[in-house]
Amino acid sequence: MAYENPEGVMIGLEIHIQLNKLKSKMFCGCSTAYHDAEPNTHTCPVCLGLPGALPVLNKEVVRAAIKVGLALKGEIAEETQFHRKNYFYPDLPRGFQITQYDYPIVSNGKVVIEGEDGEHEVKIWRAHMEDDPGRLVHIGSIAKSKGVMINYNRSGIPLIETVTAPDMRSPKEARRFLDKFRNILEYLGVFDGNLEGAMRMDANVSIRGGTRVEIKNISSHKGVEKALLYEIMRQKNVLRRGGEITQETRHFDEARGVTLSMRTKEEAEDYRYFREPDLVSIHVSHLIPEIKATLPELPDAKRARFLEEYGITDMHAKALTSSILLADFYEGVCKKGAEPKTAATWIADVLLGELNYRNLVLASYDGVSLGCINDKEPELGNSFKADDMVELITLFTEGKISDKAAVEVLRTKLDSEEEKTPLQLVKEKGLFKAEAELVVKAVSEAIAENEIAVQDYLGGAEKSLNFLVGQVMKKTKGTADAKTARELLVKELKS
Amino acid sequence: MITKEDVEHIGWLARIEISEPEKAEYMEKLNSVLDSFEQLDEVETKAVPPTYHVLELYNVWREDEPLESLPQAEVLANTEHKQEGAFRVPRIG
Repeated sequence: MAYENPEGVMIGLEIHIQLNKLKSKMFCGCSTAYHDAEPNTHTCPVCLGLPGALPVLNKEVVRAAIKVGLALKGEIAEETQFHRKNYFYPDLPRGFQITQYDYPIVSNGKVVIEGEDGEHEVKIWRAHMEDDPGRLVHIGSIAKSKGVMINYNRSGIPLIETVTAPDMRSPKEARRFLDKFRNILEYLGVFDGNLEGAMRMDANVSIRGGTRVEIKNISSHKGVEKALLYEIMRQKNVLRRGGEITQETRHFDEARGVTLSMRTKEEAEDYRYFREPDLVSIHVSHLIPEIKATLPELPDAKRARFLEEYGITDMHAKALTSSILLADFYEGVCKKGAEPKTAATWIADVLLGELNYRNLVLASYDGVSLGCINDKEPELGNSFKADDMVELITLFTEGKISDKAAVEVLRTKLDSEEEKTPLQLVKEKGLFKAEAELVVKAVSEAIAENEIAVQDYLGGAEKSLNFLVGQVMKKTKGTADAKTARELLVKELKS
Repeated sequence: MITKEDVEHIGWLARIEISEPEKAEYMEKLNSVLDSFEQLDEVETKAVPPTYHVLELYNVWREDEPLESLPQAEVLANTEHKQEGAFRVPRIG
């Protein structure tokens, strides 16, 4: 059934992503690895905007932009160039940002998302290269600030700004677009979305063909969805009361979940763009064939291949390809011998579910371990080995453990830092199907056959318990775990 | 035609203070610049590709190799307004 969009919602997005997988900044050699660094230790005359310093373009920025353009099915401009966007703000030491204006490197792309009523295309108007400003920290709140501290480590980090058409019809579609967009960029290997500040978004929204309102600088996908939900409700209320929507820029207060009008003195479009005279034009045609040929398999193609190659359901294929890390992990587990359909269930349904429950997000996969970090407390991260997944799946498919036992082992693996294999854990916990039943049986027998020892233990002779444990071990020919046997005995004797 | 308000606005964008006599003077000068460009507009340039840069150079770029940055003390050496390794400026707005 087609989605009717009763409120005539039109949402467009502007997304800034940092090309944080590159080693050096956009126009100078300063390192991009600034996240844990002391302030102003990743700067030089160029990114500090000192007089006379000249920019030299990082070639990989251009290559990355072409990759992004091709992945978004866009047109790559044969000739592209940089402009100065002039404004005064302390995060911009030069007094202008080096960006692209009328000749962006990418135009007319598209991304197909899972829309309200099935597949839905979002047009990409343009994507261009620009450099990141520094970072400001206000002393106290913005409103009552006594001053501002400036750290220029971020100044000059390469960015790609992508502008979509207002093709999204609900906050949910905007969220879906962002998830997909991030996924594509991570497949390309140009971007790590887990780093702080890696992706910043502006959203514009209008309802019933009315005036467009822009919401600036939202830092998370969830934040975009929430800000839009609030803003649409606000616009509806204004119209219901007979008011008019004014064209304005609003800011999203994440803590309170509301959008607030921003009072800006600067007239919005007064940037006095002009050609950056310190940089020459870029001709890229000769780079395209090689980049095209080495473009990695993208999410949609991978999803189709997973369906074909592994015979898994489309839902599993979609979930497994929702992150390049997870897709690689899944294929690693299959290559190591796990049955693909079972592996899909255990990874897409069980593992992902357990990770979500723990606020863990995927951070890395090196062919051995899937690294996970906690969204809120990074030190609570953990890793999960492909080999362990294979072992767990094999134990389950061979019927040695129940699915309940397998989930328990997986949870234990995620919650402890001990380097124990699933097999060791199964033994320790006595989770073997046959063994578990055997131990229970041996425990009842040992109690029934040794009345004196039982009476002694209940009378306070702790040592008698050791005797009973010995009996259980004897009956199970040593396969029982002594600790489990002891616990079971105590439980039985106390009931 | 550049008005007095345009001059005031341009001054504000550049964060420079312009006195009343200066406003009149700049208005006149900026208008004469515009006149000159209008004169240039008379030249037929339909068949001439635009010149974006006076140098016939393309693709001046470098490999993605990190170089050493300046030490923090040196970065902050030219200012008295610093705090905990950061530049400190007055509140904005």
